[in-house]
Amino acid sequence: MSKHYSALALARHALDPDLPWPRAWEKPTPKSSYDVVIVGGGGHGLATAYYLAKNHGITNVAVIERNYIGSGNVGRNTTLIRSNYMMGGNTAFFEHSLKLWEGLSHDLNFNCMVSQRGQIVLAVSPVQMDVFARRGNIMRLNGIDAELLDPGEVRKLLPYLDWSKDARWPIHGAIMQPRAGTVRHDAVAWGYARAASALGVHIIENCEVTGFVIDDGKVSGVETSQGRINAGKVGIAVAGHTSHVAKMAGLRLPIESHILQAFVTEPIKPIVDHVVSWGAELFYLSQSDKGGLVFGAHIDGFNTYTQRGQFNRIQTVAECAVSLMPFISRLRLLRHWGGIQDMTPDGSPFICRTEVKNLYLNGGWCYQGFKATPASGWTFSHTIANDQEHELVRDFGLDRFEKGRELDEFGLGNWTYKQ
Amino acid sequence: MMIPCPYCGDRDVSEFRYGGDATKQRPQHGTGDLKTWHDYYFLFDNPKGPHTEYWQHVLGCRRWFKLARNTATNEIGGVVS
Ligand SMILES: Cc1cc2nc3c(=O)[nH]c(=O)nc-3n(C[C@H](O)[C@H](O)[C@H](O)COP(=O)(O)OP(=O)(O)OC[C@H]3O[C@@H](n4cnc5c(N)ncnc54)[C@H](O)[C@@H]3O)c2cc1C
Ligand SMILES: [Zn+2]
Repeated sequence: MSKHYSALALARHALDPDLPWPRAWEKPTPKSSYDVVIVGGGGHGLATAYYLAKNHGITNVAVIERNYIGSGNVGRNTTLIRSNYMMGGNTAFFEHSLKLWEGLSHDLNFNCMVSQRGQIVLAVSPVQMDVFARRGNIMRLNGIDAELLDPGEVRKLLPYLDWSKDARWPIHGAIMQPRAGTVRHDAVAWGYARAASALGVHIIENCEVTGFVIDDGKVSGVETSQGRINAGKVGIAVAGHTSHVAKMAGLRLPIESHILQAFVTEPIKPIVDHVVSWGAELFYLSQSDKGGLVFGAHIDGFNTYTQRGQFNRIQTVAECAVSLMPFISRLRLLRHWGGIQDMTPDGSPFICRTEVKNLYLNGGWCYQGFKATPASGWTFSHTIANDQEHELVRDFGLDRFEKGRELDEFGLGNWTYKQ
Repeated sequence: MMIPCPYCGDRDVSEFRYGGDATKQRPQHGTGDLKTWHDYYFLFDNPKGPHTEYWQHVLGCRRWFKLARNTATNEIGGVVS
């Protein structure tokens, strides 16, 4: 039995197939009390528990997940990571996240298959190239990699796009972040769970939090489907269910829950070597290791907690794909699925204290929570351990709308997804 | 999902625009209290369950109406007058 994964361990297990691999993380019975309870065992909850133990020495921690690890958005997203942000409150946070991704497999001793294949965002008008140039300059001033590509350079990298004269959306160039890419999302959940468990964190699956124990404005535990669990501090990291769970603590939040779908085609030979995003519509794709083209797009557009997508979104996505790459018009979509995500007025998240003492919030991730996972865990664990927001998330507060400090990365105004 | 437009009958959701929670009460005109406006504009109950909401038949008769729908199942309860 090798606890540590290595080439040597692999060889040993190959030579002796009867030797069982140890289970990746323990399945403990819940204790009656923990120093910290994290509600939600997605990427953010698990990363938070891991960094609580690793960075802050707090190991008496439970992650309480109502389903199984990896069943939420951490296992449903389109696996894209990048840090091409330009607002002050975002750049340093997302760049910190990308740096953590770069060392994550070694840190966790788990191959997360971090693939920095580069993200190329296509401009479909000269004006968009100007906007990209501005973004690229701001990124570079912040020490983030960015390259502006002219159409000739894009064509060399992406010869398979529609370069014909009568293309519906002629390509005027692109902005590229070479260090962006993809990560095997399930491995992120498993890797964090295994590493946190090794440091003593209890991961409790199939246990739903149904209420909070609050006295005098201070939380002291959670009610769960397996009984009451006392806690010194409680962190909420439940992705699309933030409003629903926070309501149990009496909080009303600037969030609506929406469904986002993802799509994958039948497998084809390797052709798409990057993450390619389109400037004409929110649409992007990459090719999975199995060969399927993975498409991402807009939310369906009305609030819902059902993980069932609407047909009209499938249609739009197919139209985008064929407009960009006409040669795939006869490919079949194999699967599509949905995940529920928090939508916030300005499209930015929350990592902060709440009006309930010792209760902390991590939510509102909109489209961007997967790439944020390592930095989210890093900063949320700090916020919980110190009862004080980490400096990287000082602009992710719940009070930013009241103060006129919206973090509106695209300069589009509030609730744009509803327009 | 099919949405029952009160004028056109059941039509596909793709013909409609969603208008959000219809139970919110707009503060009185002239209310100076910013907190009241903040809560009205930014905060949502966002319930998992029954919800009354606005829809507009934007690619049809363009009528606005209120609809009862369950956000946990997408089951339509019908038009609310
Ligand atoms: C289709 C799709 C594509 C996406 N693509 C990308 C992308 O390419 N790049 C990117 O950066 N982001 C992407 N995102 C967003 C990203 O996936 C999420 O923001 C992120 O995964 C959310 O954090 P999480 O991993 O902790 O969520 P989750 O994995 O959803 O974890 C939350 C957990 O909380 C649990 N929970 C809920 N209620 C309770 C309760 N009462 N008690 C106990 N547990 C509870 C849930 O079961 C769930 O497991 C995408 C999202 C979707 C849906
Ligand atoms: Zn109508």
